[in-house]
Amino acid sequence: MSGRYTATRTSLRTGGIMLLFTLAFTALMASTFQVTRPAIEASRQEAQMRLLAEVLPPGSYDNALLDDYVRFGPAPQIGMDAGGRVWRARKAGEPVALIIEGAASDGYAGRIGLVVAVHRDGRLSGVRVTEHKETPGLGDYIDPRKDRRKDTPWIAQFTGATWAEVDTAAWTVRKDGGSFDYRAGATISARAVTRAAGRSAAFAAQRMDALFAAPAGGLLGDTQ
Amino acid sequence: MSPQQFRDISWNGLWKQNPGLAQLLGLCPILAISTTMVNAVSLGIATVLVMTVANLAVSGLRNFVPYEIRIPVFILIIAALVTMVDLAFNAYFHDLYLVLGIFIPLIVTNCIVLARVEAYAAKNDPLTSTVDGIMMGIGLVWVLALLGGLRELLGAGTLFSGIEMIIPGASAWSVFGDDYPGFLIAILPPGAFFALGVLIAVFNVINARLAARARRQPPPTAPAPATRAEGDGEAVAAG
Repeated sequence: MSGRYTATRTSLRTGGIMLLFTLAFTALMASTFQVTRPAIEASRQEAQMRLLAEVLPPGSYDNALLDDYVRFGPAPQIGMDAGGRVWRARKAGEPVALIIEGAASDGYAGRIGLVVAVHRDGRLSGVRVTEHKETPGLGDYIDPRKDRRKDTPWIAQFTGATWAEVDTAAWTVRKDGGSFDYRAGATISARAVTRAAGRSAAFAAQRMDALFAAPAGGLLGDTQ
Repeated sequence: MSPQQFRDISWNGLWKQNPGLAQLLGLCPILAISTTMVNAVSLGIATVLVMTVANLAVSGLRNFVPYEIRIPVFILIIAALVTMVDLAFNAYFHDLYLVLGIFIPLIVTNCIVLARVEAYAAKNDPLTSTVDGIMMGIGLVWVLALLGGLRELLGAGTLFSGIEMIIPGASAWSVFGDDYPGFLIAILPPGAFFALGVLIAVFNVINARLAARARRQPPPTAPAPATRAEGDGEAVAAG
């Protein structure tokens, strides 16, 4: 009986119990992960599809948009230091539009992620903010879900804008002599999104043919 | 569980030992998330869920956990449960997950969960522990709702902004009209401290009034014997 409560025995016993708990709960988590994975993947795809549908009307193309994408290498000029993706919309095999990922690093609070849809002729189909940390109630009108003017959201002004008509210097807010609106009190968020949308649109427009020609799932190296 | 016990647990969770106003536990998520009412309540509901399940699991397993390693085991249990809740929400309530998603992992770091597990669930049976988790959680929810509503109203002049993420078609209520200039500090982190400070002050004033009234009008029956120690005061290090 004297050996029953020695330090070694206690350590081994508690260590063993800890191990058992770890194994049991890791197994629980692993099985939850396995069970939920197909459903999570499906809802992730659906959410992505919904986002793409906001910038490009679903009726305007007929290919499987989510599968028809090209990766591009590091492109710091559009904020994608680690590269990003471009989805290619086609109708009856003919190019319709590109949807490109972009980002702004000059927002009020960190990175602002974007998707920008550009028609074959360089016209913008739409811009959406995918992630941001701008001040709630002030700069967050860049996200139409937070925009108080539901009928004329700020971000809608990019629809129909053309890269060829609006030159680089004008792709900013009116306060800086550009051609896009901003809301009083929060210029920085609007300026960051406007410039980033312009840069991403230019990036896609300048590489339109190369992006459409690249094999699906492939990598476009020419990004500088 | 007797009705009296149920009343005690509920009173403790909802008012007397309210996690947001009395125990002051889990301030980090409270202050970070309460920028709008919808955000605050969403986090609160996710926390209720985790606290309930964590209290149930820990009180069920409490006899198998050696005293020396109870804290790591509790954290393991809480982290595993939060992960499972996170995955389940993502899979089966995806729209809600898009709203709550970023908050759910934060709950692991919310020390109110560990505090209730350690102070209550580790010493009581599963039924009362589950009720304790629910009531403490609801106590947190109403404080969060008040705090979020206050900050949103002062800061942005709206209420329920973001409600369309939960109820499609619903829209925010612009209380002061679209021309309200906003009061930025209410939304920024310092505003959270100011607003919580005001709420705690009001809470203390009400408690003082209640105590004063109780002294003036002693109850006709003998005062109830002190409820057994529930470890409510011995909070785990606040985080």
